[in-house]
Amino acid sequence: MRFSKKILTAAVCAVCIAAPAAWAQTGKISNGVVKIGVMTDLSGLYADLAGPGSVLAAKMAAEDFGGKVLGAPIEVIAGDLQNKPDVASSIARRWLDQENVDMITDLTGSAAALAVVKIVKEKNRIAMVSSGGTTRLTNEDCTDRTVHWAYDTYALANGSARALTQEGAKTWFFITPDYAFGHSMEKDASEAIVAAGGKVLGSVKHPFPGSDFSSFLLQAQASGAQVIGLNNASSDLITTIKQAAEFGVAPKQRLVGMIFMITDIHSIGLKATQGMIYTDAFYWDMNDETRAWSKRFFERQKRMPTMIQAGVYSAVTHYLKAIKASGTDEAGVIMAKMKATPVNDFFAKNGKIREDGRMVHDMYLMQVKNSEESKQPWDYLKLLKVIPGDQAFQPLSKSRCPLIKK
Amino acid sequence: MKLGKTAVGFVILVAAGIVAPFVIYPVFLMKALCFALFACAFNLLLGYTGLLSFGHAAFFGSAAYITGYVITKLGFPVELGILTGTVFAFGLGAVFGSLAIRRQGIYFAMITLALAQMVFFLCLQIKATGGEDGLQGIPRGFLLGFIDLSDTLNMYYFVLGIFLFGFFLIYRIVHSPFGQVLKAIRENEPRAVSLGYDADSHKLLAFILSAGLSGLAGATKSVVFQLASLTDVHWGMSGEVVLMALVGGVGTIFGPVVGALVIVTMENYLSGFGSWVTIIMGVVFVACVLVFRKGIVGELNALIKR
Repeated sequence: MRFSKKILTAAVCAVCIAAPAAWAQTGKISNGVVKIGVMTDLSGLYADLAGPGSVLAAKMAAEDFGGKVLGAPIEVIAGDLQNKPDVASSIARRWLDQENVDMITDLTGSAAALAVVKIVKEKNRIAMVSSGGTTRLTNEDCTDRTVHWAYDTYALANGSARALTQEGAKTWFFITPDYAFGHSMEKDASEAIVAAGGKVLGSVKHPFPGSDFSSFLLQAQASGAQVIGLNNASSDLITTIKQAAEFGVAPKQRLVGMIFMITDIHSIGLKATQGMIYTDAFYWDMNDETRAWSKRFFERQKRMPTMIQAGVYSAVTHYLKAIKASGTDEAGVIMAKMKATPVNDFFAKNGKIREDGRMVHDMYLMQVKNSEESKQPWDYLKLLKVIPGDQAFQPLSKSRCPLIKK
Repeated sequence: MKLGKTAVGFVILVAAGIVAPFVIYPVFLMKALCFALFACAFNLLLGYTGLLSFGHAAFFGSAAYITGYVITKLGFPVELGILTGTVFAFGLGAVFGSLAIRRQGIYFAMITLALAQMVFFLCLQIKATGGEDGLQGIPRGFLLGFIDLSDTLNMYYFVLGIFLFGFFLIYRIVHSPFGQVLKAIRENEPRAVSLGYDADSHKLLAFILSAGLSGLAGATKSVVFQLASLTDVHWGMSGEVVLMALVGGVGTIFGPVVGALVIVTMENYLSGFGSWVTIIMGVVFVACVLVFRKGIVGELNALIKR
């Protein structure tokens, strides 16, 4: 056993030394297969907005690419990280050590994403985060093997806050969950509001997880602010929105979900969400291209895609294109190629991967339709404003990423 | 006769531990070993003292955080980092224990749960723990300054060493006069008191030992996975360790090891099945409760005796 292991190690070393040169010349793919691991929440809270839909999106990307790149088959595998960073970390190690996975995508949940990108960097592969939203991925914890694809919390909070304030909604009140993520959302949004000439009248922090938001909503109503910003997510956010509808917040004050997804609207229903404003990276009913792809997705998944799922397709496609163009699957070469090539597909127009790993593309300020406007299932949103990429995301000058030379 | 059987068990355990990484994926084995130590430490309290704590995640998780913090932020070497985490867990065990052992049964469980929830919220709020993101990228560094722990096999044998140390310590504790008194307290506390034993101080010491060894497991885990997160302090973790002990066999030396292996294996290798994981796990637990009421090892022992 030990003996064969030594031979194996020697062989691997030999390949490592010989390979970079050989790959570049002959266009060989390591292990003869391009393996893409979709690590997502298949069974829990986020299974709707990422989950099996993300796996399908990755599979569609591989199929649309012809199932092969440089003559090597493309294989998509899935893993359930169960929303536990340690499960994510052990799956990642197994994939990279044993199963020769070349690229890991989706990565639901910030803590898991942060854990996995470090392992990916250590093993010299590529991580394309579409699901985890923390800005730490492109700041303190950035690596030169990470791409952050669909969105981040800065783009969501900043997008809505700035656009609305510029439109004339000058006074804000925040309902914020009492933990680090909520605090940083509030800080980002407040800065954007003040910069755009608005004012934050106050904020209230609720314990996490919360079940009754009535007293916080009353405070928000009493503040008289034009906009109530909700910094909480998923089930907390859903409860807050439902209660806000009961309290009749909507006509007088505008409700803005900072981290909101089309699947949330689908589960709450238009009655409670109508008129709400939020920032999204993708909507299926935007143009012919998005409709065509989303229709194919819908046929197989029976749900419309979220920005995360569309992002997975876009990321995987960009990755495969980079392999084809550079004739290798060595992570460093691919990364350079991906950064050098603009992203042009149904998801992003002229998207660009920055030095810190941020994929910069346009974001959209959306409003939820009311029940009369909505003509068919999943017809939920109308576009208020396109937020250009360079305004939507955190500027490079403010980046805390050590890779950026200032 | 009985001693012979246990000795054979030990030899098999050590031999299996040494050979295993060449057959099975070492990172998975390290995870299993950490949880096995955690379950054994928990079993010291539940199986041999008869106290059901529902807050052991607090010791496991806080030691993981402390270790991660001192290694990452203060630049402690690995062995000192693990030691710091473990010592902290001992201290925390002393505080929690002295409060909790004043009550029995369900009240004891509730107090430990309440205290553990406080630790959870502290970890969620304090800046040093990274809130819900946790601590990532804890460097493994060099053991004693020269053994490179980023090499998986070196790391594995280090973890195996820690596990065997903890395991033998628990074995010694259980089979010492002190352990006999613990069992006496478990069987009949008033009688143990009437025999002149101070039940409270025995229970407290058992609690502290169990907490400290849980901390050792948590500290080691944070170095293996290079991460400490809220999962480690969440009450779900306290529940998981109860299940490990129950599935393997409460009050048996090898039971928690087997239980931890079973549960970690399911968590790891079934992850491809998505939402079926919870259903499969549920079925396994129901089957365990119905068929192996004494746990896997407990039932095996009974079979051999028959």
